Formats: sequence, C-alpha cells, structure tokens
Amino acid sequence: MVNQDNDNDPRLVAFENKVAADQRIEPKDWIPDAFRKTVLRQMSQHAHSEVIGMQPEGNWITRAPTLRRKLILLAKIQDEGGHGLYLYSAAETLGTSREEMVKALHEGKAKYASIFNYPALTWADMGAIGWLVDGAAIVNQVSLQRTSYGPYARAMVRICKEESFHQRQGYESIMALAQGSKEQKEMAQDALDRWWWPSLMMFGPHDSDSAHSGRSMHWKLKRESNDVLRQRFVDQTVPQAKFLGLEIPDPDLRWNEGSGRHDFGEIDWDEFQRVIHGDGPCNRQRLSHHVQAHEDGRWVRDAMRAYESKRQARQVA
Amino acid sequence: MKQQELPLFEVFLRSQRGLDHRHVGSLHAEDPEQALEYARDVYLRRSEGVSIWVVRSGDITASQESDVASFYDPMDDKPYRHATHYKLPKEVDNM
Ligand SMILES: [Fe+2]
Ligand SMILES: [Fe+2]
Repeated sequence: MVNQDNDNDPRLVAFENKVAADQRIEPKDWIPDAFRKTVLRQMSQHAHSEVIGMQPEGNWITRAPTLRRKLILLAKIQDEGGHGLYLYSAAETLGTSREEMVKALHEGKAKYASIFNYPALTWADMGAIGWLVDGAAIVNQVSLQRTSYGPYARAMVRICKEESFHQRQGYESIMALAQGSKEQKEMAQDALDRWWWPSLMMFGPHDSDSAHSGRSMHWKLKRESNDVLRQRFVDQTVPQAKFLGLEIPDPDLRWNEGSGRHDFGEIDWDEFQRVIHGDGPCNRQRLSHHVQAHEDGRWVRDAMRAYESKRQARQVA
Repeated sequence: MKQQELPLFEVFLRSQRGLDHRHVGSLHAEDPEQALEYARDVYLRRSEGVSIWVVRSGDITASQESDVASFYDPMDDKPYRHATHYKLPKEVDNM
C-alpha cells in the first residue's frame, strides 16, 4: 500500500479519470490513501450513526401507547440495526475490520451523527424523530445513492428503499398528537421545538467552514453540499409542519419570493461544536451503553467461536 | 483408470461499475485462476462485464425453499413494515 500519494503516479491519474468520468470506484481498484481514509471515515461514521441511533428510540419501546405503535417502533429500530450492518460490511471492503471500527468508536476516535446525543424525553419525540431525523437522513442518503464508491452507493440504495416507512410512520404518529387533545398538541409542539435545530445540524457545517467537503465533493463521495441539502430539507418540511398546525421554532423563517426558497435563521454553531466534541446532553450515556452492550454480548461471540473450532476439530479427527 | 472430474465453479459478472455482480453460470476448472480464465472465455466474449468472481460451488451453502418456512414467509401480518401502510392526507403524501 502506498501511503504517500504521488501526483505523477499513473495509477492516480487512472483513478482521477474514473472519478471524472462518473464511474464508480470498486473494491479491487487501486485508490489513493487519502481517498481510502476519507471514504472509510464517512462510512464508519454513517454505520455508527445507524447503530447509536437505535438508543433514543429503544428508550420508548416498552412505553409505546398502543400495541400497533410498539410493533412499528420495533420494526423501525430493527431496520436501523440492519442499516448499520450494510454500512459496516461496505466499509469492510476497504480492508478494515468491524472490530477496528467498533474499537475506534469506543475510544472516541470515530464519530457518529451528533443528533443522537439528544434525549428522547416524551412519546411525541418518536414522531418527531421519524418525521425530522429520518426525513433529514433521507435527503442526505438519496443524494449518496450516487456516491463514487460502489459498495457505499449500493448500500445507500438498499437503505433508501427502507427509509420511507420510517418517515411516514413518524409523521403519522405526530399527526395523531397534533390533531389530538390540547395536551397532546403541546407535546407535539415541544418535540418539534427540541428536534428542529439538531435536525438542521445533521447536514454539518456551512460549506465555507466544512473541513472535508472540498475533497469529498472533488472525489464525488459527496454529490451535493451541506447547505444545498439543508435547504432542500427546510423547503420540504415547512409545509409538513404547517399542515400539522405546528410552528417551527425559528423567527427568521420565511418564504423568499425572489429565490423561490425559504430563508431561515442561523444555527447555534457553538452548540453544534459542543455536542460534536463530546459535551452534548447524552454523549457519555450513548457511548457507555454501546460499550456495555458490546461487552454483554461477548460470551455469545466466544461461545460461537468455541463451538465452531470444536466442530472443525471433530471433522479433522 | 477412471478420470477424475474437475471441480465446479460458479461465475459471477459485474456488467458495469457501480452494479452488483450477478450469477451467470458455472464451469469446471482445475483451480480458481484457471476458472477465471475459462470464465473470461466462456462468459465474457462480448464485453458482458468488467469484473468476474469465481467461487467453488462446493463452498456455497444454500437454503432450500422447503427447508425453513420462516425464510420465505411473506410476513403478510406485518404490513406496517411498508411505506404504503401509512395513509397520509394528500397535502403531505409526497414523503
Ligand atoms: Fe437508517
Ligand atoms: Fe431510518
């Protein structure tokens, strides 16, 4: 493996030409080290987000208000675990192992989406998460179906097929509250108030401040910029909130006739940085829960390995 | 002396970058390298693909339709796994 990417390397020229021609990069292709690092960081971060994202929703399974809502929530969380699996195995095509990725997560070296560091305080949050958090994830993931790394793109296609149910169940759930009693409607509004800004933060820093964006866009790992995707999410979500009779917590939000888009207020970037760097409301809890679940499952992995080596020994004998 | 049969290999082709490999057939070969060459001759004469996988047929573990009913259960009792299960008013139905 070459660690120093040399501009004159004919393999690098061939790689750049493939990207420029909109061809997908596939596992056995030669890739520059920097590309490998970038796509691995993006995929592992995405995989960790799917798995850590199961926690805020898992918190409400036993307290779902009806059996139907409980079944739906279970099915959704099960999907998210599957999404983590698709992404980890896509990342493993780069020659890294699942163990290494999980270790990096546990050591705080790998990140996950900062939104999952916020707590799910009421049942209305289950609706808000499906509607807003999955809604924002879909905007991002639809765009990533055309990402330049083949295994990542194919994982995105599979994931997008499953996501639509997530957003629709969330909207249906929060709609039931928004059209319910006064208290239920207040609960729905409170959930929107708390999840709106973190949802906008999901798209990352402004294009002008994004450390990795330029390179990822050049390599077509990212196909559209953070700000473009965020604007798309705002434009599609405003009418959905209006239909619910809920108010988006942004006094600067208004329709701009000239641009044909919504103008909206500035994100609290200090909060964004705090949460990214470990000081959100639930960072420690999310990570320690993941570590514990991983440790608790160790005896199962050990038992399976012991059984397999016994079986193989018996076959040889 | 009875001639020993060469092992069977399954052949998968990626028709173009970005797509999954798809099973196209099988062939006999001495070893994986030879199987690759045969696969190129047999299945790739008209640029049908840009990448070939070969795998020993004996290494494939396959399920049978009759084996495990739950594998193929259409799960008709779980309609909530489908987006169409959620009826939304037409104003917001485009999500
Ligand atoms: Fe997901
Ligand atoms: Fe989802």
